[in-house]
Amino acid sequence: MTSIAALSTPTRRKLVGAGRRQWIGLLYVAPAVALVVVFFIVPLCMTAWMSLHNWPLMGAHSFIGLDNYWAILRDTRFWNALRFTGYYTVVVTIAIFAVAFPLALFIERPRPLTGFYRTSFFMPAVIGFASASLLWSWLLNVDSGLFSPAAFELGLTEKKVNLLATFQPAFWSIIAMVVWKVAGFTMIILMTGLQSIPPDLQEAAMIDGAGPLARFRAITLPLMRRTLALALILSVAGSVLAFDQFYIILRGGPRNQTLTAVYWIFNQSFVSFKLGYGAALSMILLVILVALSLIQLRLLRQPEGVD
Amino acid sequence: MAQARSRKRRIGMQIAEHSTGIIASLLFLAPIVWTVLSAFKPAQESRQPPLPPWPTTGFSVENYATLNTFGDGLWLPAQNSIYVSVMTVVLSVIVSVLAGYGFSRFRFPLKNLLFVLILSTIMIPFQSILTPIFLVLTKIGLHNTLTGLVCVYVTLQLPFSIFMMRNAFDAVPREIEEAARMDGANNVTMLLRVMLPLVWPGIVTIALFAFLGAWNEFLAALVLMTDQSKFTLPIMMTALQSGRFGAIDWGAVQAGVTVMMVPCLVLFLLLQRFYIRGLMAGAVK
Repeated sequence: MTSIAALSTPTRRKLVGAGRRQWIGLLYVAPAVALVVVFFIVPLCMTAWMSLHNWPLMGAHSFIGLDNYWAILRDTRFWNALRFTGYYTVVVTIAIFAVAFPLALFIERPRPLTGFYRTSFFMPAVIGFASASLLWSWLLNVDSGLFSPAAFELGLTEKKVNLLATFQPAFWSIIAMVVWKVAGFTMIILMTGLQSIPPDLQEAAMIDGAGPLARFRAITLPLMRRTLALALILSVAGSVLAFDQFYIILRGGPRNQTLTAVYWIFNQSFVSFKLGYGAALSMILLVILVALSLIQLRLLRQPEGVD
Repeated sequence: MAQARSRKRRIGMQIAEHSTGIIASLLFLAPIVWTVLSAFKPAQESRQPPLPPWPTTGFSVENYATLNTFGDGLWLPAQNSIYVSVMTVVLSVIVSVLAGYGFSRFRFPLKNLLFVLILSTIMIPFQSILTPIFLVLTKIGLHNTLTGLVCVYVTLQLPFSIFMMRNAFDAVPREIEEAARMDGANNVTMLLRVMLPLVWPGIVTIALFAFLGAWNEFLAALVLMTDQSKFTLPIMMTALQSGRFGAIDWGAVQAGVTVMMVPCLVLFLLLQRFYIRGLMAGAVK
């Protein structure tokens, strides 16, 4: 290195040092590339490879071609899990936006206490899904929890109702928990979109006599289309991969009605130890997620603004 | 007259807005506050519904003591969680600072391909490649070790943190580097002495995300850590809550959830602007 410093003129230094110095870049990125190859690319290729095998945890594995995929076609429980995952994704995404959008509009305008409001709304977003699920599994417990006993004490119900015993209350409890945990996160994303709208546009529309609803539809929504797309995709991708809350609070119940796609893959791979079959299921999930990501890229590539 | 009326109306609006804000804030904070307060009830009281949330028969840390009697106690999984999170932070910072610098300041063959390769892993759910990760870890002798889990967590952090660090390095003017090079700085001194002080906000952001990611992760830890002595807090607490150690003690669950939540909340409150910065950077780009 001293030789480089010793050369006085920049042009000569470039001529002699540039080639070698540029190659050093490879050394800097090497650890990252190694990690990604060993713990991501190789496992990814292995998933595809394993999906073509009968692969038990112990003992030899054998090549069976597409048999795992044919088996998936007949696996009604997987399709039920996928259908439930889709239903959950739609419901929870609508619920999250219904809460997060008003919150974003509320905290976007500067006023006293805005910082406090924003921080409080966001707090549940920094605790983990596992912590949140454990917390709510207590709140939802019929004997020692909060909701059923409180409803009973207030005289709303005649006896303590076990919210987790039947599908509807259990499902909506999970929705409530996820909205509580995630709305603050979506709110911040939406807020960045709102803040990128030039304020003079709103003012001009106001002078022209546009009411708040008209301004929202004509200016706010179109101008934050990209942010909306991002928030939407983050919420959809996160919900399609939901596992923690259904595993911790409901264990897939009542009567296996809340098994999600990831939960079913987890059961097949790590409870039944059908690793090859689990890999084939994973490939299906992977294709769905990559398709969603490609849609996201398309939506995000369109420039922000009015058509 | 008219002026006074409009002022009155404005004050009325403000009261309505702030009541809405305070009620909404309370709704979001309530479950957290409820748990933290209830955890300090004596064990006897913890079996009752938490009405009111605060201890009525005296303040006690009995629930934490009970929590410590399950399985390997509280300290071992807490230690595992701390080790995994701190190592994930350290390693992901080192790896992404190096890679961010490399991608920002050098031209080398395959550069764009490698960058896109790393970033595109964010599209692929790690949930779908857990089985092979398990087999790879077994192959290289890291099966059922915290170090193996750290490697997985660091890899999951890389797309976001390398993207952040490359942008941070890109924002440093080339002139600063040229000047330092004139003064005889080599690549390593350049990175450590000249560049690091300029990109440290980016480093705090990726460190914070790495910590929260590793501290809170559930599925990979559940699948990869099969030995009870290697459980992280979320796995240990789920085992407790599922009745694996006998009857479920909800007081101990509250205490455990508090232990899991408090580090995240404290770090977030201290480093809030870095967290929001990271989110914004991700959202805008």
